[in-house]
Amino acid sequence: MEQNQEPIQQLNAIRNMMERSSRFISLSGLSGVAAGIIALIGAGVAFFYLDFDQRYFDIDRYFMERSYLKFDHSWLFITLDALIVLGLALFSGIYFTTRKARKKGLKIWDSAARRMVINMFIPLSAGGIFCLILLYHHLVFLVAPATLLFYGLALVNASKYTFHEVRVLGISEILLGLMASWLVGYGLIFWTVGFGVLHIFYGMMMHYRYDAKHDE
Amino acid sequence: MTNNEQEGIVKEIIGKLNKQFESRVRLGIMSVLMVNESVDFVSLKDLLDITDGNLASHLSALEKNKLIEVRKQFVGRKPNTRYRITASGRNAFREHLDYLAEIIRLKR
Repeated sequence: MEQNQEPIQQLNAIRNMMERSSRFISLSGLSGVAAGIIALIGAGVAFFYLDFDQRYFDIDRYFMERSYLKFDHSWLFITLDALIVLGLALFSGIYFTTRKARKKGLKIWDSAARRMVINMFIPLSAGGIFCLILLYHHLVFLVAPATLLFYGLALVNASKYTFHEVRVLGISEILLGLMASWLVGYGLIFWTVGFGVLHIFYGMMMHYRYDAKHDE
Repeated sequence: MTNNEQEGIVKEIIGKLNKQFESRVRLGIMSVLMVNESVDFVSLKDLLDITDGNLASHLSALEKNKLIEVRKQFVGRKPNTRYRITASGRNAFREHLDYLAEIIRLKR
């Protein structure tokens, strides 16, 4: 029978097993950085598109003045832009995380990963539906703050099953969302900070803390 | 305390260590069950990276000693065996951790 007598070795083995079985440790910091860069590009595209109409980043008033939910070209453009950002961010997240798991020889879709994703998607889907309801009620100016708030809550909830940096990131997003709902009209700026800058910042922090030492 | 005395105490504590937890696999199973409400057979197998037979024999030994309990259920038509730690298993594991800490402290 395989044995480990050294107490230090035993404690390390115990800790390792506890972490691996309860936390999703394959989550890659680089996926945060990539998602942040993609969000910045997407926000830049939206910014310059709106700038064309001399409305700058006051996206909310811009749409309010345009007789609310008139489904014109700019609506289509912004929605498409947001969907492309979301799609690319998810894709890069899955790519870098899969790469990290493969490098460490870990299973990607284990029970910890499942729990993290489920706990993330409960507040996130509530937020998504809530934003659609906001649009239905013509409360466009609250959509950007609401996405930040619910995304932050989703991260805090999911952080129980992964690195604790995710929790700090979540709290930052919540604070940003609250500020954004107070300072109405700067939705795009808050959104850029929340989804772009913060992702890059915390992504790099996680990368240097957990990934950089082990690979390359 | 002289070196000899210290070594004696360390030996005494090592003697108290739960023999159940000497095996890497059993220690691993207990660690996983300490932080998870219940875990199924396949997840344990993936985490510990061992064969079905090996895992099954360790699990039944732990069960016999009432350190863990088994619940068999069906998910759809597939049988799903889940394991959870018992109260006495939790206490035994905590005690084991305390002894390990004690040994490390004395050896320092």
